[in-house]
Amino acid sequence: MQRATLDLWVGLFVMTGIGALMVLSLKVGNLNTYGVADSYVIQGNFENIGGLKIRAPVKSAGVVVGRVTAIQFSTQTYDAVVTMNIDSRFQFPKDTFASILTAGLLGEQYIGLAAGGDEGMLKEGDTIMKTNSAMVLEEMIGRFLFDKASEDNAF
Amino acid sequence: MPKRIVSSLQGIGHRTLEGIWRLGRATRFFLLVLMKSATSLRRFGLVIRELYYVGVLSLIIIVVSGLFVGMVLGLQGYETLQKYGSETAVGTLVALSLVRELGPVVAALLFASRAGSAITAEIGLMKATEQLTAMGMMAVDPVARVVAPRFWAGVISMPLLAAIFSVMGVFGGYLVAVIFIGVDEGSFWSQMQSNVDFRIDILNGFIKSCFFGVAVTAIAVFEGYDSPPTAEGVSGATTRTVVTSSLAILGLDFILTAFMFRGL
Repeated sequence: MQRATLDLWVGLFVMTGIGALMVLSLKVGNLNTYGVADSYVIQGNFENIGGLKIRAPVKSAGVVVGRVTAIQFSTQTYDAVVTMNIDSRFQFPKDTFASILTAGLLGEQYIGLAAGGDEGMLKEGDTIMKTNSAMVLEEMIGRFLFDKASEDNAF
Repeated sequence: MPKRIVSSLQGIGHRTLEGIWRLGRATRFFLLVLMKSATSLRRFGLVIRELYYVGVLSLIIIVVSGLFVGMVLGLQGYETLQKYGSETAVGTLVALSLVRELGPVVAALLFASRAGSAITAEIGLMKATEQLTAMGMMAVDPVARVVAPRFWAGVISMPLLAAIFSVMGVFGGYLVAVIFIGVDEGSFWSQMQSNVDFRIDILNGFIKSCFFGVAVTAIAVFEGYDSPPTAEGVSGATTRTVVTSSLAILGLDFILTAFMFRGL
């Protein structure tokens, strides 16, 4: 084969390969959502995080505003300490309410932020005061049965 | 009777020693190739020539099998996921399994049998017909002239082929799930994009395919260079290339996955 055509084919091959990598990172992966925007870190203490995972989304009004970056266990309060990375474009008041919600009945769990009315905004390293734990199905059923039993006893 | 036991023990010992010997030779040969690479990378035309034979000619098998693997994943994933009413997650399933595992591994297995065997056969035959010795006589280093360009061509083309395989697979999954079955197109892509992470999934898959590229081509060039200079020897070396590199790919894959996704 002629030298020039050979070079052409190899060039095409390398271009296709690099193009495939680009497609993978932009179309299949989420490189484009890795905003260039800065982010700030806040924490929240939850009594029970249920099935929350690292990298779970943090949403406010259904819009993704950040991601969970770490989940630790504190032996001082015996709570779960959840660290979140929030996009700097979104500022939240100090009395923001954080709760662990579930997408659908059995879907993935995420953190929902409901803004409060405080003047001051959450800053880097702040801790959210008001949190609501994850709903654990077994606990709910247990409570329901318990209530039912005590209701029946009343009669 | 004791004589037979002794001879069988001797056989085991002989084989073990032979294996260790070969491993040592392979490592020394690998280092030699790396050392001689500078000269052949400076004459990049040689690498480009080999890229054509190793990479471009492997393209068809990679594209076609990637498409079919993706289509099968789409079908099978849909069948199972629709039982749980989450058929839109089929995009995530197809993309994650391709980018993390099937892309690098299946592309590397195909590459080993398509290009690795060809490299071994070519080098082995050059050795059997004493072309390598003739090169040495003309003061042309056969490792720098013949082996290193093939090695680098394989190392360069493997990640590219794996990426092409994954993209074709995702396209195949899209064809089956969205076009044929009718899963919602928007949720197919958005679920995929929100669940496939660039660093954890795509970058790790890319790193895997680089490792596989080094392993497959290193085994292929060594088996060719080390083959006995007979017709039988070359055929045996070609078989060994495919078997050893397939096993190496699967073993390496386990080790890399353990490191990457479990954080061991």
